[in-house]
Amino acid sequence: MIDFVNQYLIPALVLGCIYSLGAIGISMIFAILRFAHFAHGDLMAMGAYLGLFLVGIIDLLPLDGLSVNAKVLIALPFSFVATAAAAILIDRLFYKPFRKSKTIILVIASFGIALMLRSLIQLFFGADVLNYSTGIRFPLEMFKPLRVQERYVYIVVVTLALMFALHFMLTRTRTGKAMRAMSDDADLARVSGINTEKVVMWTWIIGGGLAAVAGTFLAMDTRLVPTMGWDLLLPTFAAAILGGLGRPYGAIAGGMIIGAMEELSTFPWIGDGPLISPDYKTAVAFAVMVLMLVFRPQGLFGGRVL
Amino acid sequence: MELFGLFMYLLGFLAVALIYAIGCLGVNINWGFTGLFNVGVAGFFAVGAYSTAIVTSPPSPVHLGGFDLPIPVGLVAAIVFAGAVAWVVGRICLRLRSDYLAIATVGIAEILRLVFRNFESLGGGPFGVQRVPRPFESLPQPWSEIGFIVVLAVILLLLYVLIQRAWSAPWGRVLRAIRDNEEAAAAAGKNVEAFRLQAFVLGSAIMGLFGGLFALYTKTITPNAIEPLMVTFLPWVMLIVGGSGNNKGAILGAVAIWALWTMTEILTGLLPSDWASRAAFIRVFLIGLLLQIVLQRFPGGLLPEKPPIIRAPDEKHPDRA
Repeated sequence: MIDFVNQYLIPALVLGCIYSLGAIGISMIFAILRFAHFAHGDLMAMGAYLGLFLVGIIDLLPLDGLSVNAKVLIALPFSFVATAAAAILIDRLFYKPFRKSKTIILVIASFGIALMLRSLIQLFFGADVLNYSTGIRFPLEMFKPLRVQERYVYIVVVTLALMFALHFMLTRTRTGKAMRAMSDDADLARVSGINTEKVVMWTWIIGGGLAAVAGTFLAMDTRLVPTMGWDLLLPTFAAAILGGLGRPYGAIAGGMIIGAMEELSTFPWIGDGPLISPDYKTAVAFAVMVLMLVFRPQGLFGGRVL
Repeated sequence: MELFGLFMYLLGFLAVALIYAIGCLGVNINWGFTGLFNVGVAGFFAVGAYSTAIVTSPPSPVHLGGFDLPIPVGLVAAIVFAGAVAWVVGRICLRLRSDYLAIATVGIAEILRLVFRNFESLGGGPFGVQRVPRPFESLPQPWSEIGFIVVLAVILLLLYVLIQRAWSAPWGRVLRAIRDNEEAAAAAGKNVEAFRLQAFVLGSAIMGLFGGLFALYTKTITPNAIEPLMVTFLPWVMLIVGGSGNNKGAILGAVAIWALWTMTEILTGLLPSDWASRAAFIRVFLIGLLLQIVLQRFPGGLLPEKPPIIRAPDEKHPDRA
C-alpha cells in the first residue's frame, strides 16, 4: 500500500500539478482568442530554459548555501515575467494580424511559432539533455514512511498558491471579470465596453506565466530537453479538453486526471505485469483526448464547444 | 570529380524534392481542396513507409515479414494501408471542427509513432526496418539515381494529372463548396460527410505513398525518421508557401522550400563544426519565420488558387452547353 502511494500516487499528483498549470493557459486562450495554441508546449519549454539560464546567473552571485531547488524558486518569478512578456510579443507580432481571419490560420501560425521557439532553445542551449542539478536526491525525513522529495513540496505548494491567486483574480478583480465575460461571449463583452485587447494581454500574461512555471517544474522533476515542449503539448491539450475548454477550474481537474491516468496506467491492476507497458504511458493521454473530442467535446464539466 | 559530386548532390536534391512534392499534393487534397486541417501527416507517412518497407524487404527475424515482394506491391500496400487507417480515423474524427481535428490528428499520429517505436514484432522497434530495396539500385552510378528519379517523376506526373482532373471535375467543385461554405453545400443536397471522408482518405493515402517512397529512397525506415518537423511541418509549409488549393503551387512550394532547406545546409556546412551544428537550428527558425511572413503578407502563396473557369451555357447555341 505504501509502495503504491510512493511510486504511483505521489508522482501522479506532481505530474498533475504540472499539466494543470499548462492546461489553464491552453483553456483560457481557447476561450478568449478562440484557437488551439500549438506553441503552448514550447512556451513551457522556454520557461524551463529561462529558469536554467537564471540559475546560472544566480550561481555567479556571491550567495552561499543555497540549494538548487531554492535557486530555481528564486528564478521562477523572473522566468514567469519573461515568458509572459515573450507571449505578449509573439501575440502582437504573429497572432494579432489574424484576429479577424479564420481561426485555423492562427493554428498554423502557432504551429510555426512552436518550431521557432524550439529552434531558438536548441540554438542557445544545444540539443543535449540538461539538468538544474545532478546527484542523488534523498526524500525528506519528516514525511516518512512516505517518500516525498523536497521538490515535490515546492511544486505542490507553489501550484496551489498560483491557483488561489488565479481564482482571486478571476472572481474579485475587474480584469478577471472581464476575462470571464469575454470567454463567455466575446461580442457581448465588446459592446458592453470591455477593452478586449487588454483582456487578451492578460490572457497571455496568465497563460505564458503559468506555462513557464509548468515547464520549470517539469524540468525540476525530470530534465530539460528541447523537445520537452512537444512532449508536454498533447497531455496538456488532453487536460484542457477533459476539463472543458474555457474552464480554468476544469483544466486543473483535467490536469490532475491526465497526470493520474498516465502514472496509474502502469500499475499492475490485473495480474503481475503493468496494466499498460510504460512505453505506451503517454499514449493513454492521447487516446483519452481523442475519445473525449469525439464523444464529449464539451469536457467532463461542460465547457464550450466552438 | 568535383562536378560529378555536385551532379550527384543535385540528383539527391531532386529525388527528395519530388518525394516531398508528392506528399504536398496529399496535404493539398486535405487542406487546399476541402479545408481539412490534418496535422497527422507523420502518422500516415509512418503507416505508408512501414508498409512498403515490410512488404518489400527480405525476411527478418525481428519484425513482421519482410515479404520480399516486388516494389510496386509495396507502394500499393502503402497507399492501401494508409488509406485504410485514414478511413477509420476519418470515420471517428471528421465530424470535429477544424481545431479539434488538428489536435485529434496530432494525437493519433503520436500514438502511431509510439506503436512503431515500441511494437518490435511489427516494426522492428528502434532499429526499424532495414534492407529496403530501391528501384534500379543495381545500375551503376549515376544511372541508379536517375532511374529512381524517373520513377518518381512519372508517379508525380500521373498523380498531378489525376488530381488536377479531380480538381476541375464536379467532385472537386463539391469539395471547394464544402470548404468555403459547408451549410450551403449541405443545403444544395451534397452529402458533406461522405465527401469529406473521401477527400481525407485520398489525401492520407497519398501521404502514405509519400512515406513509402521515402522508405525506398533511404532504403530503411526507423521511428526517428517519423519526425513531425520533417514530415508534418515541412510539407505544410511547402503547401502554404506554394499556394494551397493549387496543385502546381504545391509542387513548386515543395521544390522551392526543399531548395532553400538544402542550400542553407550547404551554407551552414561551410561554418566551423561547432557553429555548424547550432546553425542548423537557425534554419528551422528561418523556415518558421518564412511561414509567418507568407501567412501575413502573401496568404495565397507563390501560385494562388485559381478556380477553374466554369463555362456558362452558350447563348447562341444552347444545346452546346
